[in-house]
Amino acid sequence: MSPAQTSVWIILGYLALLVGLGIVTSRKFKGTASDYFLASRGIGWFLLVMSLFGTTMTAFALVGSTGESFKAGIGVYGMMASWSGIVHSACFFLVGIKLWSLGAKHGYVTQIQFFRDRFESDKLGVLLFPVLVGLVIPYLLIGVVAAGGTINSVTAGAFPDLFAGGGVGPAADKVGGIPYWLGSGGICIVVLVYVFLGGVRGAAWANAFQTLVFILLGLITFVVIADKLGGMKNATAMVLENNPHAARRTVRPDDPMTRYVEAKKQFDNTLVKWHKAPKDKRGPVPRAPEKPHGITYLHFLTYMFIPLSVGMFPHLFQHWLTAKSASSFKPAVILHPLLIMIVWVPCVLLGMWATSAIIPGKTDPVIPWGQGNPNLVLGQMVAQLTKTGGAGILPGLLTAGVLAAIMSSLDSQFLCIGSIFANDVVAHYLGHDKVSDRQKVLCGRIFVILIVAVTYVISLQRPGSVFTLAVWCFSGFAGLFPLVFAAIYWKRTTKAGAYACVLAMAGTWTWLFSQADWGAKREFLFLGMMPVATIVAASTLALVVVSLMTPAPSEATLAKFFRR
Amino acid sequence: MKKLVYALIILLVIAHQDFWYWDSQELVFDVVPIGLAYHAGVSIAAAILWAAAIKFCWPDDVELLEEEIARDAETKGGGI
Repeated sequence: MSPAQTSVWIILGYLALLVGLGIVTSRKFKGTASDYFLASRGIGWFLLVMSLFGTTMTAFALVGSTGESFKAGIGVYGMMASWSGIVHSACFFLVGIKLWSLGAKHGYVTQIQFFRDRFESDKLGVLLFPVLVGLVIPYLLIGVVAAGGTINSVTAGAFPDLFAGGGVGPAADKVGGIPYWLGSGGICIVVLVYVFLGGVRGAAWANAFQTLVFILLGLITFVVIADKLGGMKNATAMVLENNPHAARRTVRPDDPMTRYVEAKKQFDNTLVKWHKAPKDKRGPVPRAPEKPHGITYLHFLTYMFIPLSVGMFPHLFQHWLTAKSASSFKPAVILHPLLIMIVWVPCVLLGMWATSAIIPGKTDPVIPWGQGNPNLVLGQMVAQLTKTGGAGILPGLLTAGVLAAIMSSLDSQFLCIGSIFANDVVAHYLGHDKVSDRQKVLCGRIFVILIVAVTYVISLQRPGSVFTLAVWCFSGFAGLFPLVFAAIYWKRTTKAGAYACVLAMAGTWTWLFSQADWGAKREFLFLGMMPVATIVAASTLALVVVSLMTPAPSEATLAKFFRR
Repeated sequence: MKKLVYALIILLVIAHQDFWYWDSQELVFDVVPIGLAYHAGVSIAAAILWAAAIKFCWPDDVELLEEEIARDAETKGGGI
C-alpha cells in the first residue's frame, strides 16, 4: 500500500467512526424539537467546554495558524489567539450566561426569538434572518473549501488510475488524489448524517471527540516535526540565522530575509521567461513574493474586535442554550484561553520554523523558497518530513485532525441554520401550536440540505481566499455585538436603536468590503486599522444615538428582562 | 473585590499591547521567542483572571433566575 493510500484509509476510518458516533447518540434522541435543537437543555460542563472550543476553532486553528505564522511571524499569536482567549471568555461570561438564563426562563431556542421579544418587534426578525444566514454561509464555505482542498492534497497519487486530476492554477486537483468535489461533498454528507441522527446532542458529542482528536494530533505532529528538524533549539536557531524577522513583529534594515531574497530571485527569473514566451502561451502573470513588513501597533490592537463575533454567532447561541445550568459555563470560561494556547503555540512555532527549515544534512529548504500559499505549509512540512518511517500514517492522522477542526464547526452551523428556519420562519408564522415537533425537525433538516447544497455549489467555484472571507464574516458578526450586549445590559436600548445598529453594521460592512475590492485586497486596512473597528464603532454609535432619540421600551418588557 | 477583578482584566487588555517586546528576538529556553512566550503568558493570565471573575463577580441575578426557573419546573413537573 502506498503512503497516500494509507492516508485515504485513515481518513475513511475516521469518517466512519463519526457516523458510528452519530448512530450511538441517536439512541438518546427523544424525538422532540427541544431535544433535537437544544438537547433538552441537559449538556454538562465537559461537553460544553469541548463543544464551545471545537465550534470556535475552524480549519484556521491548525492550518491557518501555521500558515499565518509562516507569512507574518509570531505576532499572529497575539493578534488572533491571546486576544481570543481574553475576548471569547468575556463573551461566555458576560453574554452567554445571561442569555442562557433568559433562554431557559422564556423558552427561547434561537437568537431571533430573543431579539423579537426584547425589542417588541416582529419585523426585527425579518431583518435579522437574512443578515445572520447570509453571514453564516461564508463561514460554512470556509469549512467546505478547506476540507475538499486538504483531502485532495494529502491523497495525491493514491489512485492515479481512478482520478486523473486537472484544473488550472492553485485550484487544480492533484493526479490520483480524491477530487475536490468528492472530498468536500463527502464531508458535507458525513456531517449531515451525524447531525440528522443525533441533533445538537450528537453534534456536542462529535465536537468533544473531534476537539480531543485535533488537540492530540496537533501535538503529535509538533513533536515529530521538531524531532525531524534536529530538535526545537536547532529549528529556532535556523530561523534566527535566516529569517529572524519571523521571531518578532518588526523587520530591521539589516535582516537577511533569506526566504524573501531567494523567492525574489526565482520570481525575477520566472518573469523574464514569461516576457520571452509568445503572448498566447504566457498564462497568468507570475505573482511577486510579498516582502515582510512587520505588524503595526494599531493593526495589532484593532484585531481585538474580531473575536467579539463569538457573542453573536447563532450556532454558539444555540450551544449556550444547551447548558444544564449556569454553573456548566464556569469551566468553559476558565479553560478556553488555555485550550487556545495548547493548540496555537505549537502551530505558530511550526509556522515560524517553516520559514527557515532545512532537514539536517541537506541543503534544500523543507518549504520551497518560492512557496506562495501559506495554507499548504503544514501539509508540506508533514509530507516532506515523514517520507521515511510510517509514511502516510502521520499525514493521514493530521488530515483527520484538520477535518475534525473543520467538522466540529460545520455541524453546529448546519444545526443552527435549520433551527433558525424551523423556529423563526415556519413555526413563527404558522403558529408554534400548529407545527408539531416532528414537522419542526423536518423543516429544519430540509432547509439545512438546501443551504448546504447552495454552499457546496458555490464552493465548487473554489473561492481563493477563504481566510480573508473568514475575517470579513467575523467582522459582520462582531459588528452586531453591540446589539446583544446592549440588549442585556442597557435598559434604554430601543427597537429603533436595534434597527439602526443592524443597518449601520450592514451599511459599513458593505462599504468597507467594496473598498477592499470584495476581499481581493487581502491585507486591507482602513485608516491603518482592521475594518472591524470601524464597523463596531458605527453600529455602536447608531444604536446609542437612535436609542436616546426614541421612546424607551415598555415597563412590561423592562420587567421581563431586567431585575430592579 | 469585584472592581479589582474587572480592573485587572482591563490591565491585562492594556498589557496585551506589549510594545516593549515588539522588536525583541530574545529566546525563552533557547526555543520560544519572547514575543510568543509573553502572549502565551497572557493566555494563562486570562484563564486565571476569568477564574477570579467567576469566584468574585458571578452575576447574582442569574442565581436568582436559576432558582426561579427551578421553582417553575417543579410547579410544572418538568425539567428546565
